[in-house]
Amino acid sequence: MLRYIGRRLLQLIPVLLGMTFIVFLIIRAIPGDPAQVILGQQATKEAVAALRASLGLDNPWYIQYFHYLGDLITGDLGESMRTKTPVADELWPYLAATLELSLCAMILAVIIGVNAGIISAWFQNSWFDYAAMIIALIGVSMPIFWLGLMGQWIFGIQLDFLPTSGREDPRNPVNPITSLYLIDTLIQGRFDQFIVVLQHLILPALALATIPMAIIARMTRSSMLEVMRSDYVRTARSKGQKMFFVVYKHALKNAIIPVLTVIGLQTGLLLGGAILTETIFSWPGIGRYIYDAIGFRDYPVIQSGILIVAFIFIMINLVVDILYSIIDPRIKYN
Amino acid sequence: MTQIAPNAAPNAKAPTDQTVGPWKEAWRSFRKNKIAVVGAIIVVFFILLAFIGPLIVSQGINEQQLSQRLQAPSAEHWFGTDDFGRDIFSRVVHGARLSLMVGFLSVIGSVIVGSLLGIIAGYYGRFVDTVISRLFDIILAFPSILLAIAIVSILGPSLKNALIAIGIINIPNFGRLIRSKVLSVKQEEYITAAKAIGMSDKRLLFSHVLPNSMTPVIVQGTLAIASAIIEAAALGFLGLGAQAPQPEWGKMLADARIYLINAPWTMIFPGLAIMLTVLGFNLMGDGLRDALDPKMKN
Repeated sequence: MLRYIGRRLLQLIPVLLGMTFIVFLIIRAIPGDPAQVILGQQATKEAVAALRASLGLDNPWYIQYFHYLGDLITGDLGESMRTKTPVADELWPYLAATLELSLCAMILAVIIGVNAGIISAWFQNSWFDYAAMIIALIGVSMPIFWLGLMGQWIFGIQLDFLPTSGREDPRNPVNPITSLYLIDTLIQGRFDQFIVVLQHLILPALALATIPMAIIARMTRSSMLEVMRSDYVRTARSKGQKMFFVVYKHALKNAIIPVLTVIGLQTGLLLGGAILTETIFSWPGIGRYIYDAIGFRDYPVIQSGILIVAFIFIMINLVVDILYSIIDPRIKYN
Repeated sequence: MTQIAPNAAPNAKAPTDQTVGPWKEAWRSFRKNKIAVVGAIIVVFFILLAFIGPLIVSQGINEQQLSQRLQAPSAEHWFGTDDFGRDIFSRVVHGARLSLMVGFLSVIGSVIVGSLLGIIAGYYGRFVDTVISRLFDIILAFPSILLAIAIVSILGPSLKNALIAIGIINIPNFGRLIRSKVLSVKQEEYITAAKAIGMSDKRLLFSHVLPNSMTPVIVQGTLAIASAIIEAAALGFLGLGAQAPQPEWGKMLADARIYLINAPWTMIFPGLAIMLTVLGFNLMGDGLRDALDPKMKN
């Protein structure tokens, strides 16, 4: 197992290098003079020259790339052109907000998706099966940003039931410790704030969870149907074991492996979806951070934001690969 | 002898049944799949809408009637009007043309480039394969919408650049698909035979290997159009795709955000159009997959 993990980490090196190179290109590939484009046509020659120097654009590209890699290794993600603060210093609260949102969305997607898939397979061709699969079909085709807006309109405006933007009550802000507000409010024993934070989470998390939930439900159903027809399930049934026990203990164990692949893939994709969800719900996460940076042509933030998200995406995929071998010891990585 | 003839006829017919071509068989199987047929009908409807819709709508897409601002749906304005008094139905109908254009063109671009790279990687193998496959890995290492955002932030926001970005992010999906298909096709005997009679690599690749690798591309292509339409709308929504006053569905949704309380119809109909189109392509793609390549299921 350790050898496998080591080999996978080694294989990551060229991908990570390629990834940093693409991110590095974000500024360098801007048509024309990047410094001029960033500062706009009104900028003075001196300002443009100063920016060129500070971004190191006067050096040959390979020197620039090695400098960029060197900076990354030392944890220097550049400085925001808007706030004049090092990106590494201001990143965590945004990242924490995205992690909290994505994690809650994934928990929702897995709990609802897996169970809907199991029940659909268990009661194949029942009304529940048809309804769940039609909803899943529509869910897969749902544009997340439209779903978010519909959620805001129905639950926030028409029913006036849930908050439609932000992460907390601005009149009663959370005192951040980890910047994961659900945890922070619990640590501080502020259950009133915990409820408010949870209310703020529901709509964006549901919007973000819909597509993975639908995909997980469909995958679980087809995987369960396959396993439920196998001999060992029939044997367990004929021994008189209760159906619930057979489904959740025996069948699920084998059916879950392809589902896990989908869960892993979807967790990574959630990070991409987060940028849209965060824009709609004014959620102060990394997606919103990148989106705002695009508006201000704050390229160091765009670069670092994209790099961090892509890095987390790769790591999630690695962890999922490793989890396979733990869950299913039949899988041998040679 | 005359008694034998009637019996011989059904026997003679049997081989004809067995020689039904794979495409005809796939079509039969597709036709039986009701959900897939519904998907195909939705797709055909939106394609027709894109072609003839703009000819039949009464109001121009940018025709402003400020006295008619934010009107609710009515007999005159089926989907209501927006903040400039523009008819939302007309704009949604015109938007079909933009969305389908982005969907088809970006996927055609990805298929061409992806197939070329995939076929080269799969056929020549070794170093070329390693380089191309690593390139695919790197592109796939990014969440697709994020890479599209990165590309558009380099090229500048516009519908054309969104189309290019969406095309680029989908290249590895087709490249990998073709590569793996080529790897299996090149082991076939007819390829060995073609090589033995001295056929050139170019002719071999384009006359034999490529046509025999196309089935999964058709399936993947249909599903990719669905995601390309969503991605284009997402970029438009973020202000990185189509620009005002283009009636692109995602851009229309972004403009509708501030009227959520007073004029929700400005948001409902463009979103519904995106969802239905994407649903149509997804259903049709699933049906094509089951009909053309059942092994790809799951």
